[in-house]
Amino acid sequence: MAGFVRALRNSGFVVGVRELLDATEVVNDNGWSRPPLLRDAWRALLCTRLADWQRFDELFDAYWLRHGIQRNARVSGMSNRASQRKTLNDLGGNGGQWKVDHVEDGGDEGRATESETRSEGASRSESLETMDMRHVHDPEQLEQAYLVAEQLAKQMHHRLARRDRATQRGRRLDLRRVIRRSIGFGGTPIRLAFRHRPPKPLRLVMLMDASGSMNQYGAFFLRFMRGVLDTFREADAFVFHTRLIQISEVMRDRNPQKAMERLSLMTTGWSGGTRIGDCLKSFNRHHAKHVLNGRTVVMILSDGYDTNPPEILSAELACIKRRAKRLVWLNPMMGWKGYQPVAKGMNAALPHIDLLAPAHNLKSLAALEPYLAKL
Amino acid sequence: MDASRESVLAKFTEVGYIADPQLATAVSLMERLKRPLLLEGDAGVGKTEVAKSLATVLDCPLIRLQCYEGLDAHTAVYEWNYQRQLLAIKIWEDEHLSATEKEKHIFDREFLLERPLLQAITMEQKPVLLIDEIDRADEEFEAYLLEVLSDFQISIPELGTIKATSIPYVILTSNGTRELSDALRRRCLYHYVDYPSEDKELRIINARLPEVDQALAGQIVGFVHALRKEDLRKKPGIAETLDWAAALVGIGITNLQGDTEAVHDTLLCLLKTREDQQQMPIEVVERLIGKVA
Repeated sequence: MAGFVRALRNSGFVVGVRELLDATEVVNDNGWSRPPLLRDAWRALLCTRLADWQRFDELFDAYWLRHGIQRNARVSGMSNRASQRKTLNDLGGNGGQWKVDHVEDGGDEGRATESETRSEGASRSESLETMDMRHVHDPEQLEQAYLVAEQLAKQMHHRLARRDRATQRGRRLDLRRVIRRSIGFGGTPIRLAFRHRPPKPLRLVMLMDASGSMNQYGAFFLRFMRGVLDTFREADAFVFHTRLIQISEVMRDRNPQKAMERLSLMTTGWSGGTRIGDCLKSFNRHHAKHVLNGRTVVMILSDGYDTNPPEILSAELACIKRRAKRLVWLNPMMGWKGYQPVAKGMNAALPHIDLLAPAHNLKSLAALEPYLAKL
Repeated sequence: MDASRESVLAKFTEVGYIADPQLATAVSLMERLKRPLLLEGDAGVGKTEVAKSLATVLDCPLIRLQCYEGLDAHTAVYEWNYQRQLLAIKIWEDEHLSATEKEKHIFDREFLLERPLLQAITMEQKPVLLIDEIDRADEEFEAYLLEVLSDFQISIPELGTIKATSIPYVILTSNGTRELSDALRRRCLYHYVDYPSEDKELRIINARLPEVDQALAGQIVGFVHALRKEDLRKKPGIAETLDWAAALVGIGITNLQGDTEAVHDTLLCLLKTREDQQQMPIEVVERLIGKVA
């Protein structure tokens, strides 16, 4: 029994001691001990979500009837295979590149040195703030950039929470207290009491473009998203390229190494042009009703190069706009000198966007804070 | 309640709810382990109906708490009747009672308005407590609910702690608009309500709308199942199927193949968004009918 529960826990089931005791009690009861009945009873007791519900039969058979595969073994074997496939797994620890392409070779060398000389200025972190993140390749510098990004996300959250509380004080009468206080005055409400419900903080949903053209910013944005997921009370993250994948669950994994392994497994085999339109369509179809509400800010991190016809993008953005409070598009290319949003996708998107902002360095991300705080 | 699975199944069938064996198991476990039952599934698959049928089966009252964002203790648990309190204070104004005595009167049980949660635990007879769409309530309320569901007592500062006189059968439903906390999930028995199989849906139509002809019912179920396989924004639920069946009978259609145009017009019972309706022009409907007939 305990062994089975352990196997379930390894597969991500949430099973407490009470459940284990109850499950044992069910076995001891004569009316329940017939296997098919027991299976259903335990399913009701030990499953807590749809994913559990769908896998329960398999795990039950694997453990009690010894056929089927042990899923756990496969999970632990992941690391080997993942590191063989050259994909996103270098992202996490040492600040490697987004994908393993060695960008710093050849033409980029000049820029790399440029950034290094810049960073030798008076304040190291200050210069980093304004540096275009595609020029940052030194692992140590990148790691520092990660930290600053995380810090910014934290600050943003802090501000939001405080401002929310400061406004709206005392808009509704707290009748309960008023009456209590009025007793001393023979029932005349002389001293009034107010109640205020601090409005809930914003919800942030981020959709990140993981296409080749956004390659150089990938590591930077992922780190930023991680910071947001850790610090905002409600946030969700997605990456898209040719398909859309929800990564909030994976990114929240406390073990960063494992998180990156899972992320790389999920995104292997992506190639071809970016289908922003299709990806947003699948977002609207499958995720929107779960993650969007009236106080959600949707943040799209993309350069707007879309291989779908722009009409799709336009229609889907309109759909998101209807459901969310604000739609923010962060385009790293905005920070480049002389950039105009001429990409067809970008043009189609413009009418639906509340804010189009650059996001090529730490400073531009920090500039978002006042905008979000006003909402 | 006789808790064996077969008897639960039979009783549900008697009141017109076609349950599957797994649900029957969960319901009988609810009684045995005194745990709430959490039902998840798409909108319109009959989650709320489970609670209603259970109340009919057990012949006990159904107390329903509909959750929404911003739901607080005053609407879910209890509230003082302020108007009466104010009146009472005025009436006692001339009587020479001390402020403490007056306060004691004011915060008496008779001035307390019981809201669903308090009502459910103070009833003589065990009720069925349906907490509908718990995912719409805020996290704070969920945490509070967890406390009530494990202790079955509610404390009111002015009155003291009210202990449950009967522990209700609690059914929670969720549409998945928000991820519920692990603590709440762990506390509950879990059942996922899926779209029914063709056979089951046919039995549901027979149970609910006996006036629908067998052949037509078969066609309806086949058509709805084909429709669910299409790429729709909102898949039709069981409630929609029943509506549609009733509508078809109402306008006198006995065979889907006979009058495609009329069938197409009644699809507004099944398709609830503009995109879905645009996606089902009359040609597609004709093709689907051809498949099932």
